[in-house]
Order: sequence, then C-alpha cells, then structure tokens
Amino acid sequence: MKGTDLKWSAISILTFFLVWEIIARSHFFPSILFPAPSEVLAAGADLLQSGILLKSMGDSLLRVVAGILLGLGLAIPVGLLMGWVEKCDKLFGPVIGLLFPIPGIAWLSLLIVWVGLRPSLPILLIAIVVFFPVLLNIATGVKSVERENILAARILGSSELRILVSVVIPLSLPFILAGIRIEVALAWRVLVAAEMIAIPTGIGALMSRSESLLQIKAVMVCLGLLSIIGLIMDWSLRYFEKRLTAHWRAF
Amino acid sequence: MEGLLIDIELRDIKNYILKGIDLSIQGGELFVLLGPTGAGKTTLLNIVSGLIPYEGEVFFNGKSMNNTSPRDRKIGYVFQKLALFPHLNVKSNITYGLRSQKWTPAQTEKRLNEIMEMIDLSHLADRYPWNLSGGERQKVALARAIAPSPRILLLDEPFQNIDLRSTKMIRLEFKRLQRDLKITTLFVTHQLSEAEEMADQLAVMNHGRIEQIGSPKEILSQPKNEFVSKFVESPNILPCLSSIVLGSGLIEANCDGIKVIVPHEGERIKNIIIPPKDVFVSSENPPGPYINRFKGQVIAFQGNGALKTIRVKIGKHSVDAEFPEWMASSHHFNIGQEVYVVLKLGKIMVSEG
Repeated sequence: MKGTDLKWSAISILTFFLVWEIIARSHFFPSILFPAPSEVLAAGADLLQSGILLKSMGDSLLRVVAGILLGLGLAIPVGLLMGWVEKCDKLFGPVIGLLFPIPGIAWLSLLIVWVGLRPSLPILLIAIVVFFPVLLNIATGVKSVERENILAARILGSSELRILVSVVIPLSLPFILAGIRIEVALAWRVLVAAEMIAIPTGIGALMSRSESLLQIKAVMVCLGLLSIIGLIMDWSLRYFEKRLTAHWRAF
Repeated sequence: MEGLLIDIELRDIKNYILKGIDLSIQGGELFVLLGPTGAGKTTLLNIVSGLIPYEGEVFFNGKSMNNTSPRDRKIGYVFQKLALFPHLNVKSNITYGLRSQKWTPAQTEKRLNEIMEMIDLSHLADRYPWNLSGGERQKVALARAIAPSPRILLLDEPFQNIDLRSTKMIRLEFKRLQRDLKITTLFVTHQLSEAEEMADQLAVMNHGRIEQIGSPKEILSQPKNEFVSKFVESPNILPCLSSIVLGSGLIEANCDGIKVIVPHEGERIKNIIIPPKDVFVSSENPPGPYINRFKGQVIAFQGNGALKTIRVKIGKHSVDAEFPEWMASSHHFNIGQEVYVVLKLGKIMVSEG
C-alpha cells in the first residue's frame, strides 16, 4: 500500500469510529442497544480475559481451515481432471451444474440428519460449500492454459503427467489462488450461520447466546473479531499468491 | 546426437485441410513452405511433428513415423506464438526438454551453457518471458527447440512479431546457425522475400495443395501456374555485383551496369527483386526525384485483359512493367521506342548472399 492510501485508510477508519462514538455518547439510542466503541473495546478485554472469546474463535478457525483443506483436497483432483480431460468435463459438468446453485447453508439440514451434531458437521458443511466453486475455478484455470504451451511440452518429450505437474498446474495457479480467497470468505459466512442455528460452540454460537442475553457489546466484539480475522486471512492469501506467481506474471 | 542428416518424405498426406501432399526434403536442407494464410502450411508442420491426425505416410530417413508419438519424433518446433512457458525463466525454458528427456544435471548444465553461448542468451538467463523483447523471445524459443539436439527443426513464421531491423539480423543469424547445426529444417512463411532469402528449396502452397516445388530461383523465374505467378508476382530479379552504403539505411547496388538505390541494412546484396506492378514506365521524362530512373528501350508489349505488360531493356537487363489498360490508352508504346523506367524505391526487395 502506498503512503497516501495508508493515510486515507487511517482517516476513513478513525472517522468511522469517531462518528460512532459521538452518536453513542449522545444517548440518542439506549446504550445497551448501541454501545460506544470504547465500551465495546472494554467488553472485548473482559471476554478475552475469561478465555471464552479465544476458545470460540479457535473452534471456528479450526473448522474453517479443516473444512477448506478437505474441500480443496476433493476439488483439486476432480477440477484438474475436468479441465484436462474433456470427457470428464462432459461427464461431471452437468451434475455439478445441478448442485452448484444450492445455497451452502441449505446443506445443513441434510448433514444434521446424516452426520448428527458431531465436530465433523461444520467441517463437512464448509467442505461442500468450498468444493463447487474451487472445482469450477480449477477447471477454468486448466482450460485457460494455452494449447500451444502443452503441445510445446509434448514435442519437447514431456510425459502427460509431467506436463500436468510442470506446465498446467503452475499456469492455472493464479486462478486457483484467486478462487481460494473468495472461498475463504464464503466458508466464514456459512460457518457463522451454521453456528448460530445449530452448532453450540464457536464464534457464531457465542454471538447467538450473547444476543439472547442482550449482550450487544459482546455481539459487536465478535463482529469486530470476524472482520479482523477475515482481513488477516485475505492479506496472507494475497501475500502467498504474490510470492508464488508475481515473479512470472507481468502486472 | 549422432551427426546424422534426416531426410523427410511425405506420401499422399491428407486431412481436413490438406488434399494430398507429396514432398521429399533432403537431409540438412532448409526447406521453406510459402503460401497465403490458410494454405495449410502450419497443418503440414503439425503433421510432420505428429501433433494432429492425418492420412498418408511420414517417413524420416525411410522409416515410417506414423506410429511414433510427437515426443519420440525428436523434433524441435518453434511455434508461431512461440509458446514460451511464462512461469519459467529463460534458463528453465531452454532446459525444459532436457529435463523432460531425463538428461543428467551435469549434461543439462553443459548443454545449457553451450546453447546460451551459441544463441547469445547468457545475459538473459534469469529473466522471465514477460520481461523480454520480441526478438529475445524468438531466440529463447529457438534455443528451447534446439537444446535437446533434435533431428528436425520446424519453424512457423517465427520472425513475424519482430521489428524489421531485428528480423533481418535474426534471419541471418538463423541461417548461419542452421548451416552449422546441419539440421533438416522446415520453415513456414507467407513472405516472399523471406522465402527467397533463406530457402534451399521452396514449396508454394495454396488451398491444401502444393502448387510448385523448386529452388527460389526456379520458382521466381519460372512460375508453373497462374497462382504461383500471381503469388510471386513474377518479379524482376536483377543480380547485383557490388554495393555501396550511402548511410541512413540506403544502399546503392551496382546491378551489372545500372545503379539502384535500395533501403537496406545488412549483408551484401545478391539480387534485387521488384514486382512488375511496381515498375513505372513513361514515354516522357516523368516529374519527381531522379531516384532509380533509367532510360531503356521497349522490346515487347503485351496486353492480356485488363492488364498490359511491357518489357523494357535497360543495359543488360530486361525489366517487366505492368499497368492497367486504361493507363495504356494514354501511353503509346512501340517496339524500339525509348522510354523512362522508374523502380519504386519503397517496393524494392533484396536478397542477401
């Protein structure tokens, strides 16, 4: 980020909190429903001290990471196959087209019946949600590889497996990584929803409980934390993407 | 690699574009396929390399290649789009074939240095393709193709996206390299001057057929049919004995008695080539600069259809000029008449030697 961008970010965010603080302190709304940022911060410190915040966040984070890894593990081979072998694309494509439009959270009702309220439930849910977009991203990425690059590798004596590993996968990496960034956000969305509805632990569950006790400050602490975690994950993925591909991509 | 020269023979090659191609190419020859876009030139390269299905037979040194996969045909191929691997630096692009063919790291390293020296790429070793000029990319593509010591080299309009000045240099360098490597080479182009300059043998293609095969000289001087003569425009070819550099990109070529100024940089000029339609003839001294203007005598006058051809003797040469009929009615030419001839400066092509 350039210096001026940083300056504007600081101005924007500080103004946001300042206006919020002023409105809250004017007691135009009851403070129990609309606490000031300073009060939210104090509540955050308490929650942190009690350990409940970190425990809930840790649970959720673990689910997101495990769910994404599982989803990727399933989607990457199928996506590569679909992008690489036209027949597989034709065979799997329609079914995936059929399942893809189902909103992720809608799978929850089936999973609760099939899996029950086990720790694996949210992980499976995220894996399903992540699976479809990753799959399509990879297939698109593989198809985007220039045909002549593949022919060149073949002429140079490369085996099909080696072409896949040394040409096709590296060249579709930008698509795959850009996809993963979007899917991480998707995973958080569906996880928090699931935790608020059905799963008794995690950050969503903490929010749901705080809400029923009218602990608005705690709800806001959770929202803030979700924002920060989301940002950190996005930044690290961007960094990762740059490290892996920036040297050969002309921007 | 064994210093073996590979002959290529194609027998009745057909597919959805090609309609029966018979061709035989001598080992070590630089064979040029010339023709308009869509003639089937690239298709023919793809068949020689085995990348696309075909009917008929491809032989390398008498051995049928029909059941040999592209990766086992030992071919170097420079694609029209070059198809460098964008995620690999120059070094890794060049060694890709070596690593695929399981050369040992020591052999690979040795060959890499050899090739980079040969094609003058050492200073670019760690660059990525996006950071190279058109000419540099072209050289890397060539280096990658010849690194595994292929027996046959295929090039598909490789000099197309390079500015004129570098093209000239690269063409010359390439010709030298091809001679040194003694590698049977098939070269596709749609540019007459490129074909004339580089080819040992030349095939003119059109609509999936070969119209004529021969040396550039044969084809330019004796086009076999209307298509070939149209495509090569039965150009005037004036052999040149010496030339003087005038500076600012111009050369004065001494072509057996007449001195022609041509835009040219590079090696000695062997021939001057100019299509009849770019030769201007007039019975009166035309206005304009006195560049490439010669006096001559009409020795033949011929009208077929909308075009008239006039043959003028200038010194020891005879030069054909062509112009539309409506212009002929304003000019009356008689055999033996003295006329002025202008060779349009911008239209003159040269071949080097």
